[in-house]
Amino acid sequence: MEVNSIEELAKKAKEIRKGIIEAVYNAKSGHPGGSLSIADIMAVLYFRELNIDPKNPTWEDRDRFVLSKGHCSPALYSTLAQKGFFDIAEIKNFRNIESNLQGHPDMKKIPGVDMSTGSLGQGLSVANGMAIAGKLNNKNYRVYTILGDGEIEEGQVWEAAMASCKYKLDNLCVIIDNNNLQIDGTIENVMSSYPINEKFKSFGFEVICIDGNDIKEILSALDKAKKVKDRPTCIIAKTLKGKGVSFMENKVEWHGKAPNEEQYKIAIEELS
Amino acid sequence: MEQEKKAPRQSYGEALLELGKENENIVVLDADLAEATKTRIFAKEFPERFFDMGIAEQNMISTVAGMATCGKIPFASTFAMFAAGRAYDQIRNSICYPKLNVKICATHAGVTVGEDGATHQMIEDISMMRTLPNMTVISTSDDIQTKWAVREISKIDGPVYLRLGRLAVPGIYDKNQKFEIGKAVQIGEGTDATIFATGVTVSEAIKAKEELEKQNIHIRVVDIHTIKPIDKETIIKCAKETKKLISIEDHNIIGGLGTAISEVLIEKYPTKLIKLGINDTFGRSGKAEELMKYFKITAEDIISLCSN
Repeated sequence: MEVNSIEELAKKAKEIRKGIIEAVYNAKSGHPGGSLSIADIMAVLYFRELNIDPKNPTWEDRDRFVLSKGHCSPALYSTLAQKGFFDIAEIKNFRNIESNLQGHPDMKKIPGVDMSTGSLGQGLSVANGMAIAGKLNNKNYRVYTILGDGEIEEGQVWEAAMASCKYKLDNLCVIIDNNNLQIDGTIENVMSSYPINEKFKSFGFEVICIDGNDIKEILSALDKAKKVKDRPTCIIAKTLKGKGVSFMENKVEWHGKAPNEEQYKIAIEELS
Repeated sequence: MEQEKKAPRQSYGEALLELGKENENIVVLDADLAEATKTRIFAKEFPERFFDMGIAEQNMISTVAGMATCGKIPFASTFAMFAAGRAYDQIRNSICYPKLNVKICATHAGVTVGEDGATHQMIEDISMMRTLPNMTVISTSDDIQTKWAVREISKIDGPVYLRLGRLAVPGIYDKNQKFEIGKAVQIGEGTDATIFATGVTVSEAIKAKEELEKQNIHIRVVDIHTIKPIDKETIIKCAKETKKLISIEDHNIIGGLGTAISEVLIEKYPTKLIKLGINDTFGRSGKAEELMKYFKITAEDIISLCSN
């Protein structure tokens, strides 16, 4: 199931994007913008990077993934379905009262979800806990977490960043989805978290800045992160919110809105 | 039979050490209060399993959630104010929602914190913690019971909030006393009144019981160490068997022990309940014993309610 070529990974990213649109369109609500921005990262993580087994989702030695920006659950669900954790048809039931695919990820309901998230700012702390436990248990697994650039306005993130470095969590890789948009506007205008790279560097992280929609750059950053010793890595991934669907790209109004039928058809066509 | 007074946090620290020796999955976290919460006792013996997270309670609470997903049994400690108060969202969303195996052991609960005053006197935690689905809420009254609770909650697969006071309390139980989560302890068979108490107020209630015996008034004390799930059976039985019901707690009367009891009574056996507690106000600085008098949560307050 591991995919190695850049073309294949790009194809997976496209499939993930289609699933995101299917989910949000059918639910008539959800968060497409930030889900589309991380689709390339999710493709590389789940089809190349993570040591996981869809047949054994609670395997003790698996790599862990925490989607700290839990509202981007469509990206996670679409990826998990592509990877075979559950039937892809379930995607259409996203946010439905009969479905396990809750608006925000619920680890008790969905195989492959390592942590329930939704309230922003908590995922890095959780990932720290997993990474510390890994070291205590002499396990070789790695822990990955994706945070939004707006999310890091939460103070808890910086409490957690101190702890990641205090405990020298070189089994931890933090990815910041830097799409530069949050609900009320641009990151600069609402509450600037810039310079993100300088901030994480000053806390003690190894910082790698990449184009987060470039598969090759994502691959090489993750490879680099694995070689870092005695400190955690933070990949600042510059991304385009709404990436892959022309009318959603870099438009803040697509943060948390579903496409209508016409828009849905255009989106799917663009992704096919 | 009365032992010398002991602070529940001391009992907590000692019990943690014993538990740590038996189970290597026990990990302990604190937020720069290891001396005060007595987690230092564990830390000295097991430094590799102790994590001082600094003055950052929200991070501590979400960190233990992550540890619990990987098979650890974390005990996270700080003052009740900063556990239940500051980290409420983290307790709710990172621990209770996914029902993770985390023990939040909060010390310095209630106005009996004393001189530090209102900002450090947590009197809303029972209310907030018992409203969370999946949460078990325990509040202990003496050394023996606290040590039992620490051991017992490590066996529950899910979130627990253990509420501990700062004030040294007299020993109530002997070593052979049997406790059970969700089962209150009834002390005495008197039918003139039932005093429902928890934590620091249990010994006050027992003192009142002994004094009232001299006046030929016979009451019983019910130690509700498990506030959630609450012992409905014992509450209803006492409502049927006794003439007067009183609850007493070092907590706001809104949402606390008294409220939890009245929720049972109103559905199953409507009976009047007199609630002693902090009456919807903040605490203040003073000696713990003075504050208990000030807020009317002492043996004397029970006696005056029962003698007329």
